[in-house]
Amino acid sequence: MIDVLVALSMLIGALFMLLAAIGLLRMPDLPMRMHATTKAGALGSGLIMIAVALHFSSSEVTARVIAIIGFIMLTAPVAAHVIGRAGYFVGVPLWHKILQDDLKGKYDATTHTLRSPDIDSQDIEQPPRDH
Amino acid sequence: MSAFAWNILLALIWIAVSGDFSGAGLLTGFVLGYIILGITLREVPAFAAYVRRVPKIILFAGYFLRELIRSNLRVAWDVVTPTHYMKPAVIAVPLDAKTDGEIALVANLISLTPGTLTLDVSSDRRVLYIHVMYLDDLEQVRADIKRFEARVLELLR
Repeated sequence: MIDVLVALSMLIGALFMLLAAIGLLRMPDLPMRMHATTKAGALGSGLIMIAVALHFSSSEVTARVIAIIGFIMLTAPVAAHVIGRAGYFVGVPLWHKILQDDLKGKYDATTHTLRSPDIDSQDIEQPPRDH
Repeated sequence: MSAFAWNILLALIWIAVSGDFSGAGLLTGFVLGYIILGITLREVPAFAAYVRRVPKIILFAGYFLRELIRSNLRVAWDVVTPTHYMKPAVIAVPLDAKTDGEIALVANLISLTPGTLTLDVSSDRRVLYIHVMYLDDLEQVRADIKRFEARVLELLR
């Protein structure tokens, strides 16, 4: 029974990692490549680590697995954010089908400040508050 | 936070008393300590808040996991099928999170749910710039992100 779970979790994890790799090749621009790799990569490696924990089912391995998953969850989005941000400001072209770009022209390269959209103008509509 | 430390301490005491040095022993001690704190110290505000927060955190972990898998499948579908269904956009979302820690956590969790990637926070910390992969409806997406943020902040405050 546990073998089936281990195999399943490992297969699905490897599949997600494969999808991340294919996504890295197939997605049209940098931010979307980051989308494909960080999430699928984090989920895939998480599933493989869970398979490892199930297989060994000892507390020392499980403790390490929990630590590894925690650190992946902490670091993967930070890396994606930093790479995506750097790519954007360096001027890596975005996909031509992009619908809107609120960030355009908000960054001042000399002072390194990022303006927020003018809340009063048409730049941004306030979303409905539901709390 | 000190309530959490007390809970850990109670769990360690349980381990020492029962002599069960294992993960299961720690978990048992933690649950017992949680129940004891919930009953005996429910009058103390800090402890009461902690006791109310723990189930919320567990619920949130479940919700987050479900979101993670559901939207991963959507991105996966787009990766393997030849046509691109993406409608990418960079949108500005007003922030309710105020402190550094809150903003960092919200931004990180938004980045982890597929379909959204935090690009930057404005220098005055009023707005988060997010790259969205499927902008079907701007208001809908914004409301979703705000709801997600509200859930995260509920855990922190």
